Amino acid sequence: MATPADARGFAVEPLGETVLLLRFGERIETALNARVHAAAAILHSAALPGVTDLVPAYATLALHYRPEVWASGDDAPWRQLADAVAAVFAAPPAHASTEPATRIVPVCYGGEFGPDLEALARHAGLTPGEAIACHVAADYRVAMLGFAPGFPYLLGLDPRLHMPRRADPRTRVPAGSVAIGGAQTGIYPRELPGGWQLIGRTPLALFAPAAEPPCLLAPGDRVRFRAIDAAEFAALSRA
Amino acid sequence: MSVTVLKAGLLTTVQDRGRIGLAALGVGRAGPMDTVAHRLANALVGNDPAAAALEFTLLGPQLHFETTTAIALTGAAFDARLDGAEAPPWRPLAVRAGSVLEIGAARHGARGYLAIAGGFAVTPVLGSAAMDVNAGLGPFDGRPLRAGDVLATAHLPGAQPAGEAALPPASWSLDPRPWFDPDPARPLRLIRGAQFDALDAASRDALCGDEFRLAPASNRVGFRLDGPRLALAAPLELVSEPVAFGTVQLPPGGQPIVLMAEHPTTGGYPRIGQVAAIDLPRLAQRRPGAPLRFREVSLDEAQTRYLARERALARLIDTIAQRLAE
Repeated sequence: MATPADARGFAVEPLGETVLLLRFGERIETALNARVHAAAAILHSAALPGVTDLVPAYATLALHYRPEVWASGDDAPWRQLADAVAAVFAAPPAHASTEPATRIVPVCYGGEFGPDLEALARHAGLTPGEAIACHVAADYRVAMLGFAPGFPYLLGLDPRLHMPRRADPRTRVPAGSVAIGGAQTGIYPRELPGGWQLIGRTPLALFAPAAEPPCLLAPGDRVRFRAIDAAEFAALSRA
Repeated sequence: MSVTVLKAGLLTTVQDRGRIGLAALGVGRAGPMDTVAHRLANALVGNDPAAAALEFTLLGPQLHFETTTAIALTGAAFDARLDGAEAPPWRPLAVRAGSVLEIGAARHGARGYLAIAGGFAVTPVLGSAAMDVNAGLGPFDGRPLRAGDVLATAHLPGAQPAGEAALPPASWSLDPRPWFDPDPARPLRLIRGAQFDALDAASRDALCGDEFRLAPASNRVGFRLDGPRLALAAPLELVSEPVAFGTVQLPPGGQPIVLMAEHPTTGGYPRIGQVAAIDLPRLAQRRPGAPLRFREVSLDEAQTRYLARERALARLIDTIAQRLAE
């Protein structure tokens, strides 16, 4: 069903009658993910008719669409839309890309907020303080949101901090928990079950349905963490 | 103008067409499981097909109507009584102020829909009145309705004076057969998924040959399928990718899961198939334990049938609107 990756470097994999998946690759890589976000920005500007959702992921971009809008002509709607997408990339609209926003996320590391910080430090052969410094030093990028509303998957974790998920997932991970799962780091937007290693917690609300925008972080955003103490956590929680 | 929930039933939620345009934020669509029955229920009371209606599951709710209005019941065949008299489905029904509707157990199918003239006027969350139980989003924080909940109904512009029945024609009803088919013998059409070819040979044969059963641990997020355990020919390392309503995933245990209305926006399991959108209403009406078979279909054929269904549905909705205007 999939068409082979073409010169512009993506393959089309339909996901049923109403979704086209554009595949740019198979792996978790910063450069690959950046191409996904660039493509999403181009398609957002192009505003193809009937396309209701653009969903970027690590290496793929989904277009949800209404096939009835692409029902004229002899070709199946998915082929017509795939052709239109290819045409957009052949002559991308000017100013499609915008500079990603940079968000600073304050985190109180360790203690009750990060019960797995010491295990992570041991795993990495670092002291807990060094592990925190390592987590704070990196530049991150929001590769995608998924799993739950507002859950950001962040790219850019220092390889020394890579650590497998817990063998026994927790049934309740508190909202705001900053966590590591394999090569990824992320933040739980609300209380959820989860198997990632918890290293700290942010007082910021990642997802607030009544806010505009509802998510603190958008796909493609740059993220830096800032270490805070319990007093500042309490002050920011009240704010 | 309100409806009070006297008994909630097994799983009763408010659903409009769902949240659209927010999948990039990890916010799924939710909305009705059987989108066709939902649209037709709305059409039968003169609503926009996307209006907020009730979805109930296996055992329906008991409702008290404060005002005179019109309702329609579609979807699964439930025992339903309005002030003690049989309440026929698939047609508009006049409801007088003070009436009680008792919806019992489903006789065929799993999910019923109740639309009310003007729609339920619940406060939208992120642009939609749909309850997403799994994400805890929507009216009532996305939790299923409980006894004592009060649902406001929309004020109808040009509505009939209070106390006067919006007496709809009682002489006709829709033939549900083209739109409601819980017959488990007819296979569901399945389009190959990106990782179908990664299945071992026996699993490829089993997927569209063997019988599965809907596992009890199935809900609005996903349907788990009991039956043959499927396996990949070799392990695959996959990264999280967007998924859709109807995506058939294969977790490591080998028990396929079909993603349903409240599915997360992304997933990392192999995608072995995609239930054709035209057959999702039929799948949504399967009950726990019901047998289930797949038959392979090409995407082109599925899309052709999808467009034909949408045209037929649009014609029917137009016809209903004309009947209601007569």
